[in-house]
Amino acid sequence: MPSLGASFGRGGATDFQQDLQNSDCIVIMGSNMAENHPVGFQWVMEARERGATVIHIDPRFTRTSAMASKWVGIRAGSDIAFLGGVVNYILQNDLWFEEYVKHYTNAPVIIADTFADTEDLDGLFSGWDPEKGKYDTTTWRYEGMEMHASAGNREEGFGPSGHQAGHGGAGGGLRHGEPPSEDPDLQHPRCVFQILKRHYQRYTPELVADLCGCSVEEFLFVCEALTQNSGRERTSAFCYAVGWTQHTVGVQYIRTAAIIQQLLGNMGRPGGGIVALRGHASIQGSTDIPTLYDILPGYLSMPHTEYYGDFESFMQANTSPTGFWGHFKAYWVSLMKSYFGEHATADNDWLFKQLPRIDDDNSVYFTVDQMLEGNVKGYIIAGENPAVGNSNGRANRLGLAKLDWLVVRDLVEIESASFWYDSPEIETGELETKAIPTEVFFLPAAAHTEKDGSFTNTQRLLQWHRQAVEPRDDCRSDLWFYFHLGRRIREKLADSKEPRDELVRYLRWDYPTHGQLDEPSAEAILAEINGSETATGAPLDAYTKLRDDGSTACGCWIYCGVFKDGVNQAARRKPHWEQDYVAAEWAWAWPANRRTIYNRASADPNGDPWSERKKLVWWDGTKWTGHDVPDFEPTKAPDYRPGKDATAEDAIAGDHPFIMQADGRSWLFVPQGLVDAPLPTHYEPHESPFDNPLYAQRANPRRQQRKKASYDPYNPVADEPGAEVYPYVVTTYRLTEHHTAGGMTRTIPYLSELQPEMFCEVSPELAAEAGLEAGGWATIFTARSAIEARVLVTNRIPPVTVQGRTTHQVGLPYHWGARGLTTGDSANDLGHLALDPNVHIMESKAMTCGIRPGRRPRGKALTEFVTELREQAHSRREMAPRHEPEETRKTSKT
Amino acid sequence: MSSTLGHPAAAPDGWDAYGDDQQPRVGFFTDTSVCIGCKACEVACKEWNLIPEDGLSWTGESYDNTSALGANTWRHVAFIEQEKPLHTNGDGSTGLRWLMESDVCKHCTHAACLDVCPTGSLIRTEFGTVIVQQDICNGCGYCVPACPFGVLDKRHIAKPPELPAFHGNEDGRVWKCTLCYDRLKGGHEPACAKACPTQSIQFGPLDELRERADARLAKLSGEGWNGVQLYGRDPDDGVGGFGAFFLLLDDPEVYGLPPDPIVTTKHLGEMWSSMAAAATVLVAGVACAFIGRRR
Amino acid sequence: MALRTLIASWPAVRQLREGDAFARGPAAQSPRTRDLTPRIDHADRVVESVCPYCAVGCGQLVYVKDGAVDHIEGDPASPISRGRLCPKGQASKSLVESPLRETKVKYRRPYGTRWEELDLDTAMEMIADRIIETRAASWDYETETGAPANRTMAIGNLGGATLDNEENYLIKKLTVALGIVQVENQARI
Repeated sequence: MPSLGASFGRGGATDFQQDLQNSDCIVIMGSNMAENHPVGFQWVMEARERGATVIHIDPRFTRTSAMASKWVGIRAGSDIAFLGGVVNYILQNDLWFEEYVKHYTNAPVIIADTFADTEDLDGLFSGWDPEKGKYDTTTWRYEGMEMHASAGNREEGFGPSGHQAGHGGAGGGLRHGEPPSEDPDLQHPRCVFQILKRHYQRYTPELVADLCGCSVEEFLFVCEALTQNSGRERTSAFCYAVGWTQHTVGVQYIRTAAIIQQLLGNMGRPGGGIVALRGHASIQGSTDIPTLYDILPGYLSMPHTEYYGDFESFMQANTSPTGFWGHFKAYWVSLMKSYFGEHATADNDWLFKQLPRIDDDNSVYFTVDQMLEGNVKGYIIAGENPAVGNSNGRANRLGLAKLDWLVVRDLVEIESASFWYDSPEIETGELETKAIPTEVFFLPAAAHTEKDGSFTNTQRLLQWHRQAVEPRDDCRSDLWFYFHLGRRIREKLADSKEPRDELVRYLRWDYPTHGQLDEPSAEAILAEINGSETATGAPLDAYTKLRDDGSTACGCWIYCGVFKDGVNQAARRKPHWEQDYVAAEWAWAWPANRRTIYNRASADPNGDPWSERKKLVWWDGTKWTGHDVPDFEPTKAPDYRPGKDATAEDAIAGDHPFIMQADGRSWLFVPQGLVDAPLPTHYEPHESPFDNPLYAQRANPRRQQRKKASYDPYNPVADEPGAEVYPYVVTTYRLTEHHTAGGMTRTIPYLSELQPEMFCEVSPELAAEAGLEAGGWATIFTARSAIEARVLVTNRIPPVTVQGRTTHQVGLPYHWGARGLTTGDSANDLGHLALDPNVHIMESKAMTCGIRPGRRPRGKALTEFVTELREQAHSRREMAPRHEPEETRKTSKT
Repeated sequence: MSSTLGHPAAAPDGWDAYGDDQQPRVGFFTDTSVCIGCKACEVACKEWNLIPEDGLSWTGESYDNTSALGANTWRHVAFIEQEKPLHTNGDGSTGLRWLMESDVCKHCTHAACLDVCPTGSLIRTEFGTVIVQQDICNGCGYCVPACPFGVLDKRHIAKPPELPAFHGNEDGRVWKCTLCYDRLKGGHEPACAKACPTQSIQFGPLDELRERADARLAKLSGEGWNGVQLYGRDPDDGVGGFGAFFLLLDDPEVYGLPPDPIVTTKHLGEMWSSMAAAATVLVAGVACAFIGRRR
Repeated sequence: MALRTLIASWPAVRQLREGDAFARGPAAQSPRTRDLTPRIDHADRVVESVCPYCAVGCGQLVYVKDGAVDHIEGDPASPISRGRLCPKGQASKSLVESPLRETKVKYRRPYGTRWEELDLDTAMEMIADRIIETRAASWDYETETGAPANRTMAIGNLGGATLDNEENYLIKKLTVALGIVQVENQARI
C-alpha cells in the first residue's frame, strides 16, 4: 500500500487483527469487514463488547453497519471530503496530540517556497505541467534540501510510480548533514502543520454534509468519537479495504486516514493504527514478494528504461542516506546473489546491465491495451480470472481473443479459459469462435491442501500450510509448473550464445524435488527467500546481517528471519492459550516478527509508555522491551542524537520512531513518492453526477485516462449534457457468501445456494423513479456495457442529498460470470479503465450508470442498445462541450 | 401416563432412562445481538452432516435465500430489515436495523415429534437432545405436523440405493438437526457453534447457557437495546423450554417463530384413553359380527 | 448367551428394563445410533493448514482419510481465528474435493471449436517452446529511443494473490531472467 508506505515507511497493515480488541473506537470505512472478513471481525465485536464505539461509514447499510454503534451513510466517492473534514475538526478545535505530533510527525518541517497549495491554485498543486499531464513534484520538497542528483526523468521524484515509490523507501532528497528546517512551535507559515491547517480549512461540517450527503450531526458524532477516544489513555483504529483503494484517488483516501491517525497519535500503539484488509489469502505476500511489474522482492525498484542509467546512478537514486533504506545496496546485492548465485559479482555490477527494464506503466491494464493493439502474443494466468474480475470485462476478453497463446491455471475452467466459446462477445457476435486465433492451454492446478507453502495474511503474518494429499491426475502446484517450466526452458537454452539468454543460463534454479511428481521443495525456496551466507550456506536471522559485498544472499530482505536457525518460523503453531494476546510464537510476521509496527511510538519521547493502559514497548534504561518485538534498534537510547555525518539508521534520532523514513518521522505531508498530491484533496470520481464544490478542478488531474481508446468510452459527467443518460452513482462490492470473481465459490453448491443470483440493490425511491419491480429484473448500463440483475429493493441503500440535489445509488455485487453452478452478468463489465496514477487501480467503487426495468437485450441487440445510448449521450455532450480548463494551466511558480 | 406425556416437567422425556449413561443436557444459546448473518453455521452444518444442496432459488427477501428450516437445511439464518433504532435511546442514527438470527431445531424438553413417532426413529439422546435415526425412519411423516416450529420435514430427493423399495423413488425420510450427535459422542462441539465467527451460537450445558443468557439479557436491557428478549429459555413454557433457545431483538413472530409454542401432543394422554374406549367398542363389534356369522 | 442378548435387544424388553416405558430414549436406540462416532476421530492424519480465501488467515485442520480430504474445520489453536471459519472457509472441503474441478489438461488449438485432450508433459514442452519462440521474435535490447530494455513486451503473466509466497518468488525470479516485465496480480483490482 503506497499510501501507508509514503506516510509511515512500510507498505503493510500497521497492526494485527487481534489487537483491534484493544481499540476504544474503530472506524470501518471503505470496508465491509463483517461480510468480507467475518472471522477477523470477531475482534471488532470483542472491542464492542468491551465498550468501544464502532463506526461504519459507507454508502450502504451492510452487515457491518448492522453491528456498528453508528452507521453514517455517505455518497460513494466522497470519503476524502469526509476525512478531510475530520482533519479540519481536529485542527480547528486543537484536539491533536501535541507531544506526539511535534516529535513523531513531520508537522514542524518547513516546505520550500516553490510549493503552492490547491487552495491557492483552485484544485491543482504547484508543478502541474499540462502538456505532460504530470506534476513536477520537486516543487513540494522540504526547504533547504536538494533533490538527489540522478539520471533521467526525475520530475516525479524517485521511481516512476507504484508500490516502491510510495514505500517510503528510496527516501531521496533528505541528505545527511542537512537536517530539515523546522519550527518546533509549528508557527512558521510554511511548516507542514500550518499548510495542513490552510489546506483543510474549508472542509467544514456543513461542506462535508453537503458534499457527502450525510448530516452535520452524523459527521460530528464521528469527529467526537475519534477525538474522545484518542490520546494518552485511549486509542482509535481505522479499518479499510478496496472501498478505499479502487478510486482514481485511491491512494489519497488512505493518506487522509493516515493524517488523522498521526494527528491523534494513534500509530504504533495498542488498539491503534490502520488495518488494511486484503481480499486474497496472500495478496500482501504477492506484493512483498511481488508478482508486480514495478518492484522486486522487498519493494526494491525494478530498473527503468529511462531513469537511473547505470548501476551507480541506480544505487545512488535508490539509497537513502538516512534510515534503513540506507542499506539498499545490501538488499539489492543479496537479491541478485539469490537469483544468479556466483554469476552475480561486483565486477559485473551484479548483472545490473542485463536486467530487464520497465516503463512508467506496464501494469495489467496497459497489457490489456497492448493485447488489443496486437502487441502481446502470449499470456499466462495463474489463479486469477480477469474475464470477470477486471474492470471493463469486454476489453479484457477481446484482448484475450487477440493472443497467439494463452495458459490458464486454475482449479476449475474459469471464464478466462472459456472466453473463446462462451463469452458475452460470442453472444453479441463481436467474437466468433472459428475466427479466434488463440491457442489455449488449460492446466489444472493443485489446491492449498495439495501443496506446502506460505501465505502472508493481511497483518504481514507468514503462515505455513502443509500438504495433506497428493494432487490428482494432471493437477499440479504452481510451484511445480513454474519450476519445471523454467527447467525446460533452461535446458533448451543451455547452449545459447544469445546475450538475451544470459540471465536464463545464470539463474540459480537447482531446487530439490521429491515424490513421484518431482514436486520442488517449498521449504528450500523459503530458505532461499530468508537468505544465507554465501560461503557457508548458514541461514541468516535478521536483515541487519545483509551485506553489499556478495557475502550474503537473500530472496526478500524483509522476510529475512523467517528461516532463522534453519527452522521454518512460519510453521510455528503454538496455541494462543499458551501465549499472551500478541501471540509472538504463532507463525512469523515481517519485519523481524514485529506484530505492531512503529511500536516505538507507543512510548513517549523519553521512552516511557504514554499510559499504563496503552503500554506496549518501552525503554527500561538500557534497552527497548515490552510485549511486542520493538520496532527500533534494541539499545538506541531515547536521547540518542545523530552526529552530522551519521548515515542510515545511525542518522535516526532516539525519539524518531519511523525508522524506514529518511527523517525518522511519519509524514503528514508527503514531499515525494506520490505522483498526484502531497496532501489528499477532494476530487470527484472520474464519473460522477456532481461538480467539485471545493475547486474548479473537478477530478484528479493526474488520473490515468484512455481518452482515445474506443474500447473504453466514458459517461458524460456533472452538468455536461448527456450526463442525464447515466444519472445514478453505482458502486460494486462483495458478499460474504462468495469470493471475488467467483472461481472459488460459484462452483460450490453450499455457497451457491446462499447467494444464487446476480442482483442489484436499489432504494424504494429509485425503484419508484425508474419503475423497477422488487424481485423482477433490471438492466444497468454505462457507456461500456449493459448487464442485467434481479432487483433487491431495500432501505439499506438510501438516496443521498448532495448540493441540494437528491441522487440515487445502485449497488452491485461483482461475483458472477458465465460459468459455475450459479451464473449471471459481471458487474465489472460496466467498469472503465480510468486509474489511480500511483498504483494503476481502477475506479469501480464510484461510477455513474443508468438503470431500466426488465432484462437486457440479447445478442447483437445488446451492442446496439449500449451504442445507441452512448451515442445519444456523447452527441449531446459534443453539442455543448464542457472543458476542464484548469488542467490546461501550468502551475509552477516562476 | 399423564405425568410424562403432554404435561410440562423439568426433565426432557426419555432422558432419565439413560441411567449411568446419561450426560449433562446440552444445547444452544443463539445470541442474535452478535449475529453477523454470515451463514457459516449453515455451511458448517451441511459440510459436517453431508446435507444435500437445497435449491438455487433467489428470493429477493433481504439476504435470505434459504427461507426456512427443512430436511436439507438444519440451520437457517433469517434476515429482517427494519426501520427501528437499535437502541431505545435512538442511537443507530437513521433508525435502520438489520436483524439476523440463526434458527435451528429447538430440541424441546417436551417434544411432540418423539411422542408421535411410531417406529422409534425419533429418540431422546443421553445428552437430552432429539434426533431422527435414519436407519429406523420409514418416512411415515407423523412427526412433520406434530412439530410446532415446522422443523421436521421429509427429504424429497432421489432415494439412496441402500434404502428399501417401499420408499419409492425418493428418500422420503425425515431429517433435522441432531445437535451433531456424533460429534458430541466424540467430545466435539457441534459444527455450527464451532464455526460461528462471533459466538452468536454458543454450545454448552443447558444450565450454564441459561445463566449466561440471563446475564446477557440483563446487560443488553441495561444498555437499552430495543426489544431484547429471551425466547425458549423458560422451562415453564408450552414445550417445557427449548434445548436450543435464543436471545432476540424483537418479538418471535418478527423472526417467523411462534410466539407461544405448545407441544402438540399436550392432550395425547386423554386422546389415548378415548382411543382405547373406541377400540374396545370396535373390537367388541367385530367380535359380535364374527359370532353372528358363525351362527 | 446369544439368545439372551437377542431377547434383551428386543425393543419391548428394553423399554421395560431400561425404564424407558415410552421408548423415547435408550430403548429405541438402533445399533447404528449406539455405535456412532464422529468421522474425524477416524482420520488417517490431521494436517495443519490455512484458509485459501481471504487474507484474514484463519487456521484450518485438514482431516485425511484414504488419501482424500474427508473434512476441514477451523484450528482452535490459531490466535487470529480461534477455530472459527466463515462460510467460504467452512466450504473448503467442497472446494478441494469438488466434482467440478478439472484434473486433466485441456487444449484448444488456434481457431478450434472444442477442447482436446493433451498429455501434461507435451503441454509443458509446448508452453516452453511458445515462450522461447515468442521471446526470441519480440526481444528488445533497447527501446525505440535507444534506452536499455532487455525485455519482451509480447508476453505477460497474471496472478499471484491466491498463490504461495514461494510460488510468487519463482514467478518473479523466472520472469526477470526471461525479460518478461508485464507481471501482475490482483493487487491492481
